[in-house]
Amino acid sequence: MLYREAGQFKATYAEDQQIFPIRQDRIAITALLLVAFLVIPFVASDYWLKAILIPFLIFSLAALGLNILTGYAGQLSLGTAGFMAVGAFAAYNFELRVEWMPILVSWALGGLAAALVGIVFGLPSLRIKGFYLAVATLAAQFFIVWALTKFPWFSNYSSSGVITTGKTEIFGYVFDSPREKYLLVLAIVVLMALAAKNMVRSETGRAWMAVRDMDVAAEVVGIRMMHTKLLAFAVSSFYCGVAGALYAYAYIGTVEPEGFNLDLSFRILFMIIIGGVGSILGSFLGAGFIILFPIFLNSYADPIAHALGIDLPPGMTSNLELMIFGALIIFFLAVEPHGLARLWQIGKEKLRLWPFPH
Amino acid sequence: MKASILGRSLRPVAATLAAAAIGLGASGAAHAQAKEQFIPLTGYWVGPYAAGGSGFFGGMVDYLTMLNERDGGVNGVKFTFEKCETEYNNARGVECYERLKKKGPTGATLVHPLSTGITYSILEKAPQDKVPIISMGYGRTDAADGRVFPWVFPLITTYWSQASAMINYIAKKEGGHDKLKGKKIVLLYHDSAYGKEPHAVLQDEAKRHGFDLTLIAVAHPGNEQGAQWQQIRQIRPDYVILWGWGVMNPTALKAAQKTGFPREKMIGVWWAGAEEDTIPAGDAAKGYVAAGFNVAGTNYPVIREIQKYVYGKGKGEMDDKSRVGSIYYNRGVVAGIITAEAVRLAQERFGKGQPMTGEQVRWGIERLNIDNARLKQLGAEGFMPPLKVTCQDHEGSGLVKFQEWDGKQWKVLTDWIEPDRKLVRDKIEASAAAYAKEKGIALRDCSKEN
Repeated sequence: MLYREAGQFKATYAEDQQIFPIRQDRIAITALLLVAFLVIPFVASDYWLKAILIPFLIFSLAALGLNILTGYAGQLSLGTAGFMAVGAFAAYNFELRVEWMPILVSWALGGLAAALVGIVFGLPSLRIKGFYLAVATLAAQFFIVWALTKFPWFSNYSSSGVITTGKTEIFGYVFDSPREKYLLVLAIVVLMALAAKNMVRSETGRAWMAVRDMDVAAEVVGIRMMHTKLLAFAVSSFYCGVAGALYAYAYIGTVEPEGFNLDLSFRILFMIIIGGVGSILGSFLGAGFIILFPIFLNSYADPIAHALGIDLPPGMTSNLELMIFGALIIFFLAVEPHGLARLWQIGKEKLRLWPFPH
Repeated sequence: MKASILGRSLRPVAATLAAAAIGLGASGAAHAQAKEQFIPLTGYWVGPYAAGGSGFFGGMVDYLTMLNERDGGVNGVKFTFEKCETEYNNARGVECYERLKKKGPTGATLVHPLSTGITYSILEKAPQDKVPIISMGYGRTDAADGRVFPWVFPLITTYWSQASAMINYIAKKEGGHDKLKGKKIVLLYHDSAYGKEPHAVLQDEAKRHGFDLTLIAVAHPGNEQGAQWQQIRQIRPDYVILWGWGVMNPTALKAAQKTGFPREKMIGVWWAGAEEDTIPAGDAAKGYVAAGFNVAGTNYPVIREIQKYVYGKGKGEMDDKSRVGSIYYNRGVVAGIITAEAVRLAQERFGKGQPMTGEQVRWGIERLNIDNARLKQLGAEGFMPPLKVTCQDHEGSGLVKFQEWDGKQWKVLTDWIEPDRKLVRDKIEASAAAYAKEKGIALRDCSKEN
């Protein structure tokens, strides 16, 4: 009843083309952002900020990157964690080797370095598709981690190959407490999500979707394959690279190349499968689900089992997590390939007709 | 009559108030008397490394439970635990650490991350939260310099000490360091940060003693080593040092058997020297030698006490009781001993019978002095090396024993073997100094510690 667009008329093109054409959506998103910026930093505990919200935002960004490539441009990639590693190590090296480099610039340069590597590994996409392309990006994953371990220059000759990030200082202000780091990450993620949303609504995004839906047809109508595909790889890797830099600087602090392994790539792929392939919102929903669900199980599976009178053997909760994830992924692939985001959309459509469906 | 009515109507109110007062008092008392020392267990009980994680934390919990059962904890303060599954994953490890660090009456006493990656991930967080990190035999080697890393304790021995001790063991076997000249030694290593740790120390040793060192990498996970052993066959080395992890170890042992390389000349690092590494290799493991800072076996008083007080009461951690006394389990017992001794020492300084904070326990760890006499009291003589930690030296021992797999169990071959302390210490200090410079940390003045 509340969620209805009756009476909202659009008189200009600008009004018709805004991101959220329905007023209730605009109010909801404004409220959400206000809560995220003004309320959460003051009510959330350090544990929530440090261990849940910051990684949630960072993984949302990485999932967003992968979603641009896989969900919008239709190029399957298993190299996400590798591109994140490039971002993290490049940002570290810019910061280390160029004294005056402001931290935001080195994060952006980390993203650009990842974009360049992404373009290189995106070249095979001009010839190969689908699973074969996945294998090529798998090569990127292994090659990047191998190279970062093999050449000690990347980690500044650290004996164990790990890098330790320095202070996060912007215009003389040190972002030190979890609250400050959260706000910084949130601001970056919101801006980049907004950019992504506008990108996929623009000509670029439509070209990506045309390539995804049928590349031969796209080529026939005059979309440049090389340009479009490589741009998708570059933009996607840029997002992943920035996410990697944030992962190192705002979250973990000390990272090793092995931290960016194939497991992490798969985890991000699961985020977009569960969240929704080809949806900006889905990237956030998927990241939230994949981050929160194991923590929820880990904390509450035992008490719940006790309440039900079942005695879980140790380690069972972790196995439970794998089983539930496996089942969910199969469920979503089979029943709802567009993930949680699509369920959300269906819910909204139903709500518009409620309580009097046709 | 009126008074009695009043009295009757008021009685329930008074009773309620009294009950509330008692309840308040009781809960207040309970709060003050929560004599518990909380230990977070950030480990892994599932996944590819579950054998190590479940054994280690099983041993540690069993030892501390034994103290709870036998002595009522440390001076009446009982140990409590909470598990959190990290799956050996850094991000999960950080979440577990954050979740558990504030639990218990005084917060986390200390943390054993049991993963080099997680140790690195919380290296800078723990000092801020005032939680000491103990990374026994893994983690950041140069943290042994306590002036730069006050909160991190790579206790007993580090990778660098061990590499050096291996060379000393070989020299002893050959009859002196001068006999090393012209010998050929191969380091077969897991191609990761972990596998590369010993390179610099071994190269220095090779230069000094004049032996030939060849470094051969095995890609993770290491279940295919044909090419590497082809190369080893061509080199015909006198010794092969196996710096492996997980499935790489039994594979190497089987490949050695196929190549005809004597297992007696293969020396494993302590993460390649557990039952989980040798049993899958079957016959091929017979004669294989591995280093370790704890020994296997149940024939020690401390293990017998655990069997009596913990397993005797059906409170043991291990589902498979035959793993009690295995290498990983006993390593966990060593971790338990160190934890309890640090708490005991802190209590002597800051108040007996009180739960200790992380800061107080850090004070205790830094002054640990577990000599042979104390080990005997603990029932662990020969079980682990004597340990003396100082503000400067956060390693505290550096000693390892070498054990041989006889096909069924580990047999101790040697007494505690020393590393080349000067070589290792110089390297540690140089590396720590570089870190301190990068981070702008001022060296702690150890003469001012009390």
